[in-house]
Amino acid sequence: MGVALTRSAQWTAAGYGTRTLEITPLNEVILKEIVMFVESFIYKHPQEAKYVFVEPLEWKTNLDPSAFESGYIVSETTVKSEEVDKDGQPLLFLSVPHIKIRSLGQLSRLLLIAKDRKLKEAQACIEANRDPVTKILGLDYNTVKEDTSTVNILDKITKDEDPESEIKMKVGMLLKQLDLHLLNHSLKHISLQICLNPTTVKNDIELLKHFSGKGEQTVLESIDYTSDYEFSNGCRAPPWRQIHGEICYVLVKPHDVETLCVTCSTEGVFLNGGKTEDEGEINYERKSEIYKDLVTFLKEKSAKFSENMSKQVSLQNLEISYAEWPKASCIGNKRKREERKKERKEKEKKKREKKKNEKKKREKKKRKKKKGEKKKGVGEGNKSKSKTKQNKTKQKRTTGEYLLILKSAEKIEEILSDSSSENEEDEEPPDRRQEANADLPSEYWQIQKLVKYLKGGNQTATVIALRSMKDFNLAQETCQLAIRDVGGLEVLINLLDTDEVKCKIGSLKILKEISHNPQIRRNIVDLGGLPVMVNILDSPHKSLKCLAAETIANVAKFRRARRAVRHHGGITKLVALLDCAQSSAKPAQSSLYDARDVEVARCGALALWSCSKSNANKEAIRQAGGIPLLAHLLKTSHENMLIPVVGTLQECASEENYRAAIKAERIIENLVKNLNSENEQLQEQCAMAIYQCAEDKETRDLVRLHGGLKPLASLLNNTDNKERLAAVTGAIWKCSISKENATKFREYEAIETLVGLLTDQPEEVLVNVVGALGECCQEYENRVLVRKCGGLQPLVNLLVGINQTLLVNVTKAVGACAVEPESMMIIDRLDGVRLLWSLLKNPHPDVKASAAWALCPCIQNAKDAGEMVRCLVGGLELIVNLLKSDNKEVLASVSNTVSNNILLYSMRHLAEAISRCCMWGRNRVAFGEYKAVAPLVRYLKSNDLSEDVDNCITIHENGNGAVKLLLGMIGSSDHDLQEAAAGCISNIRRLALAIDKARYT
Amino acid sequence: PPFPKIKKIIRENTFTVLEVECLIRLFHSLVERANVRLNNFGLDRNAFRAILHSVFGMTDDMLMNRVFFAFDKDNDNCINAKEWVKGLSVFLRGTFEEKLKFCFEVYYLNGDGYISQEEIFDMLKNSLHQQSSEEETDEGIRELVDITLKKMDYDNDGKISFADFEKAVKEDKLLLEVFGPCLPEAKVECQQLKLVKGTF
Repeated sequence: MGVALTRSAQWTAAGYGTRTLEITPLNEVILKEIVMFVESFIYKHPQEAKYVFVEPLEWKTNLDPSAFESGYIVSETTVKSEEVDKDGQPLLFLSVPHIKIRSLGQLSRLLLIAKDRKLKEAQACIEANRDPVTKILGLDYNTVKEDTSTVNILDKITKDEDPESEIKMKVGMLLKQLDLHLLNHSLKHISLQICLNPTTVKNDIELLKHFSGKGEQTVLESIDYTSDYEFSNGCRAPPWRQIHGEICYVLVKPHDVETLCVTCSTEGVFLNGGKTEDEGEINYERKSEIYKDLVTFLKEKSAKFSENMSKQVSLQNLEISYAEWPKASCIGNKRKREERKKERKEKEKKKREKKKNEKKKREKKKRKKKKGEKKKGVGEGNKSKSKTKQNKTKQKRTTGEYLLILKSAEKIEEILSDSSSENEEDEEPPDRRQEANADLPSEYWQIQKLVKYLKGGNQTATVIALRSMKDFNLAQETCQLAIRDVGGLEVLINLLDTDEVKCKIGSLKILKEISHNPQIRRNIVDLGGLPVMVNILDSPHKSLKCLAAETIANVAKFRRARRAVRHHGGITKLVALLDCAQSSAKPAQSSLYDARDVEVARCGALALWSCSKSNANKEAIRQAGGIPLLAHLLKTSHENMLIPVVGTLQECASEENYRAAIKAERIIENLVKNLNSENEQLQEQCAMAIYQCAEDKETRDLVRLHGGLKPLASLLNNTDNKERLAAVTGAIWKCSISKENATKFREYEAIETLVGLLTDQPEEVLVNVVGALGECCQEYENRVLVRKCGGLQPLVNLLVGINQTLLVNVTKAVGACAVEPESMMIIDRLDGVRLLWSLLKNPHPDVKASAAWALCPCIQNAKDAGEMVRCLVGGLELIVNLLKSDNKEVLASVSNTVSNNILLYSMRHLAEAISRCCMWGRNRVAFGEYKAVAPLVRYLKSNDLSEDVDNCITIHENGNGAVKLLLGMIGSSDHDLQEAAAGCISNIRRLALAIDKARYT
Repeated sequence: PPFPKIKKIIRENTFTVLEVECLIRLFHSLVERANVRLNNFGLDRNAFRAILHSVFGMTDDMLMNRVFFAFDKDNDNCINAKEWVKGLSVFLRGTFEEKLKFCFEVYYLNGDGYISQEEIFDMLKNSLHQQSSEEETDEGIRELVDITLKKMDYDNDGKISFADFEKAVKEDKLLLEVFGPCLPEAKVECQQLKLVKGTF
């Protein structure tokens, strides 16, 4: 360890006094290895751990005496170990903040005590004890030369043969091993680091020099060596610094940061202490992390640099051919290619790790970038155009390989962004900018030109440019991003603020298309596009209103956007759009006007549909008087209109207010009517709406009265459209909660179809199908039907799933079926009961509760229930443990199971069960309904269990609940129960008295 | 004005008798105001352009000239009462087809029934704000001409026929005034209609 510490650990260069370990990856690795070694020492080498050091290791610790526990004598400011040496001195002595440790065992324990601060402690220890090996083993052990040390040690050991020196030798060997290990490790680490050499550094600097100078577009203001003299080896650092691996020093002035004085060394590039004003001397001490090269360093230090760098790279390849030194650039490029590849990978890693931080940064960058782009404006594009044309072919050839790499990297990113936006639409997808160095499609340049005309043209030119832009394939992401990346979004949104109707229309037509892209949506919101669009909703131009509403419908697909719409009064205006159709319907205008009004209302509904996914918006729509308007629109026969209208209602129906209003506005009738439509999407939305509303009994009855059950049942037969199937089965599920409806469904032969849907369906369909069967099977005929159709097997199969909603429904359905003894036999044969039992262990309380409910009929109906339960190891324990749950649903169901299976329980469990039940004080009333306790008490009496002291204590301990409940039972009309309860109480009282008596005597 | 003449005008227009009478009164008052010389029976180009500018908010001189020529059916460099009412009928109450035809008439000047490339260039000449150099601006305008031709010249003969124009505009109404505004804006349209009714 000595050699490793002196040779490979990186110590700060400053001064001579207390030198500290630098925070470098290598040092960290070394420290970790040492910590691992010391930590495990006490277990691996218990003998050697007791070896007492020649000198103690001393350092200032950050640990608090209170951290020490058993094995130590702790006072306020001192800690002594109970472990002592032969003279009775403690092996660990802490007197805040100084600590002295004299054995590896104690070191080990200290690190364990330090927990997450162990690295700090180890660092402090090593910094304070620069030569720990000497302190541990004594001076003579360390003075020997490395190569012969083993021999020397052996010599020494053989000379004096006492056991202590044997241990000492072992310790020495172990430390030696660690030293070797550390050296090997650091060697590996060093070989991983990229070594810079004078040539690469020179190339980088020359390259950067070429792109530096005055003006906005350069990457740096200036970059210069501190010394003009170049040694023959290519270094510019003075020889005494060259031995430290330093190559040269550079003064860099980025656009946005102060001048940086940078050291380029073989290990990498870092910020040094800077050039002193008076003497021009460089302070060589490292002041920053080490970066692998100059470009990476500058990218980290200067945002402007990294921004302009990425812009430059696309032009770089061609401009290089104009440069005087093609050779250097060639090397530079190759290196850059590799770097970039690495950078990309790193970036992606980072992205995943700290998405949130990145987001903020990105937004900042975005803003900066945009500024840059704006300033860049028109002129720049023109200047580079001729060059670009000339060199296009050339560029493609030379950068072919590069593009391939980029493409693949981009693909990975694409996958990433895709998956994240799929998971949760509200999650912000990683912003992906088409970097200037990417493979730019020809559309990019064309769109850039058009945006130029948008910026610099009058109304006529603007309309032509807009019209031409619309002819691009705006559904294609390259075009969407191209518009944004050349600054088109800002212009398009600015156009919305003008008075030119045609420009607004043209702009909205484009925005409407490109806002299908999630990134563009966010950019539109970031650029403040929503308030402007909301304002347009007031325009007298109907087509303008429509376009604005449609675009809002596209943009408001995520939470922030929906909130923005609401905050700018958009909801009220959108609701007002719904009114258009009504007001103009009264005067008998021409049909043309009518159609346009309907279109306005349709677009309004479309936007409301998007907005209604936020709860606050649902409320806002209601307050703006949206419900009657929606109800009115529901009476129309335009499918295009009905889909967004029903869609909005369906989204909003999650709110109680809406469900009541939907009932009041007689909307159900129209929903049912539209179930019969030809349009699948409309059917789906109607079914969804019914699903949402049918929690309410009256609504369920309304669906039946309006003849909605039959179309629902018949829609079951079409299983290709899974979304619709899920909606339809959902509606059937909720409707079948009413018995009349369940009967109707049987008439319509829906039960058979549902059973058929138990296999090969996506989970969202299965949940609903099983839910529906669970409700239907509350009826005898349906239960029989399910059994006859062979529904039990697939149901039991579903018991092994993991989706909790599905499990809740499946257990319910199985439980409902098990009421039938015949079905029960089948379930039992299919191993369903065992599966139900195992579900009691499911972590989710709803599943537990549902499984427990399902078990009741199972046990009641099984002939050898007792056997069955006993067979299950720990079944009873499980049940009783469940009584400790604090979920009332679980408790109710479990205690119900308990009461059904009273005979199965041992006495202790029973008493515990009762008291647990009673502990559940708040819900005693509900509990009484389940009649769970009474049988328990009865049983208690029958076996005179309450005379058992332990049981009484259990019951009594659990407080008033039990007694109260028992008192209530005395009032019961059941004589036996009265007696049992009274007996129980008297036993409890007697016990309490006995305790009191014992206390006072 | 003699009665049968008005009747004839009414037949050809979308206005009511009242409105036509009103328009004709307006015409005469405008003529009187514009012309001190009483021998003139109509509005000359300058007077008409002044009206286009002040009432209908048009600004482009060249386009106003073209609108004048489109109004002036008999090519006598003067707009008479009949031409006035007929023109305004399209302006204020025109159907889409009428407006389409009117715009096309405004855009083709030389009377060969086609809008040529040079004409388009002429009309778009001022559409880009002066940029760094004249050359650049010219290039930009040429580009815009190319774009419109590519968009509207369906038969690829390098010029836009009425059929081309009609097809393109029907596909996208934004193209109606593709080479510059030559119709009153919707807002102005409404106001003027009210004005026409109100003057009576």
